[in-house]
Amino acid sequence: MNPAVAGASAVNPENRLYRARKRVNFVVLAVSSLALAFGLFWLVWILGTLLYEGGTALARAALYYQMTPPPGADGGLANAIAGSLAMVTAGTVFGTPIGILAGTYLAEYGRRGWLAGATRFLNDVLLSAPSIVIGLFVYSVYVAQVKHFSGWAGAMALGLIVIPVVVRTTDDMLKLVPNTLREAAMALGCPSWKMVVFVTYRAARTGILTGILLAIARISGETAPLLFTALSNQFWSNDMNAPMSNLPVVIFQFAMSPYENWQRLAWGGAALITLAVLLLNILARALFRKSD
Amino acid sequence: MSQAGASRRLRSAPWADKAFEWLTRVFAFLVFSILLAIVASLLVGSQLTLEKYGLSFIWSGHWDPVKEEFGALVPIYGTVVTSLIAMLIGVPVSFGIAIFLTELSPAWLKRPLGTAIELLAAIPSIIYGMWGLFVFAPLFQTQLQPVLINSLGNVPFFGALFAGPPIGIGMLTAGLILSIMVIPFITAVMRDVFELVPPMLKESAYGLGATTWEVVWRVVLPYTKVGVIGGIMLGLGRALGETMAVTFVIGNAHRLSASLMAPGNSIASALANEFTEAVGDVYYSALIELGLILFLITTVVLGLSKLLLLRLARHEGVQT
Repeated sequence: MNPAVAGASAVNPENRLYRARKRVNFVVLAVSSLALAFGLFWLVWILGTLLYEGGTALARAALYYQMTPPPGADGGLANAIAGSLAMVTAGTVFGTPIGILAGTYLAEYGRRGWLAGATRFLNDVLLSAPSIVIGLFVYSVYVAQVKHFSGWAGAMALGLIVIPVVVRTTDDMLKLVPNTLREAAMALGCPSWKMVVFVTYRAARTGILTGILLAIARISGETAPLLFTALSNQFWSNDMNAPMSNLPVVIFQFAMSPYENWQRLAWGGAALITLAVLLLNILARALFRKSD
Repeated sequence: MSQAGASRRLRSAPWADKAFEWLTRVFAFLVFSILLAIVASLLVGSQLTLEKYGLSFIWSGHWDPVKEEFGALVPIYGTVVTSLIAMLIGVPVSFGIAIFLTELSPAWLKRPLGTAIELLAAIPSIIYGMWGLFVFAPLFQTQLQPVLINSLGNVPFFGALFAGPPIGIGMLTAGLILSIMVIPFITAVMRDVFELVPPMLKESAYGLGATTWEVVWRVVLPYTKVGVIGGIMLGLGRALGETMAVTFVIGNAHRLSASLMAPGNSIASALANEFTEAVGDVYYSALIELGLILFLITTVVLGLSKLLLLRLARHEGVQT
């Protein structure tokens, strides 16, 4: 029996083993397509539910200018929306510079020494750490010390969630900047801080901005860290030093309540947050794709 | 004279370089110390119960705020069981999606499909919770649970897991919703590491007549197994710490039940529900110790995940 004949019989369509392998392959690929359909199915179902349940609430103008109502009465989410905006803004303003500077160290200066490696590692752990523990942390170091819940505490907790996201993207994006650019700046006699600020930051601008947008998207929907820090407030409040209403916690309270009108509002708020977060995500992606 | 002036202007601020480097170093150190600060603050906060119960806190099942008796067994059990259910479903599904996206999908569909799966991760967890409570749980209760209880509930030994009345919410529901939430994270890592496999290796296998499945199973998977395990650990870390989605649907009962259909509690949801209403120092301390346990578990899991991914990257010679 020569090898050529053996080879021919191996791919012979009549061969039993060959057919079995083909069959297994077909089954596995079919199952993997089903897995994809499984994933997309939930996405469509959840988004569909949100639009269906929250759509009418979203279309009501009162949602945006009336305060959160007592059970049974009509109202909106104006104070919660304003509180969320204030805390997300403050958290981003607090977390972004810290994240960018730390990320700069990792990418630009941290070639030697232990600090960069260790920070990068711990930062990646923080990135996925449970957000409720961040809330506990801010509670013990801030809220328990000043003895009252406040908007600032909420902003601090959100800022702590922003930091790892921004550190990670800044580090990644600065590492993508070609070294020749740095060398060219240095060769022209540019001091290294100027090189970082005016050359590498500029080259990595869109990437870093993408990271900040993703961080904002992430904290806009965070509920757990706000439960023990900002708490909530039934009324309009401009005082960041007092308990502050915010969308996620209001949604949580209203959804868990037995009152029909509160649950309606919770759906409206849920649809609002999800739309905002998805838009931010898509915007960040579009921005990043344009920069490649 | 003028030359000296020019060179002084050139190096207008010799200290600026050092200052900027130190500024960034200080902030890097700040980020480095956040994690340690969290552990330290939780240790201080839970001192009372740490001293009172010692290690027995972990395996005691009593949770009685009125008598001030606390044990973490029920929430720990709930956290572990729901996360295991999530992994049991989430891992194979993510593997399937990753195969589809890397080996099967036409090029023009890769990006939109990949983005759609990633959007699952963008939906805030409170939305999963609400949807789970109002939409999924009622359907699960009337359609799926009776079937499970009547079929699997009668199997000896194994059946105890599926015994009890169909109430919609409970550990199984929480696990199912978690499984949807971890899919995007595991899929993203699997996809990334699958792309690392040198095309030459795959082409050689195809050239020898291997089918797509054989290439994935015999070439791609052995090459990337460290990274795949890292991705699974990442998903596990996410599932263990997930708060809001679980809080809505787990039922919040401090009771240990064999049945997955029964309501339970997880560490994160116990915190979310009870922390702001806790009265008394011991109660607070017990809750903070729960937080400490959760943080230590997730840190170990996520750290391990990172180490595994780093190992693959080093083997590959690229930085992650």
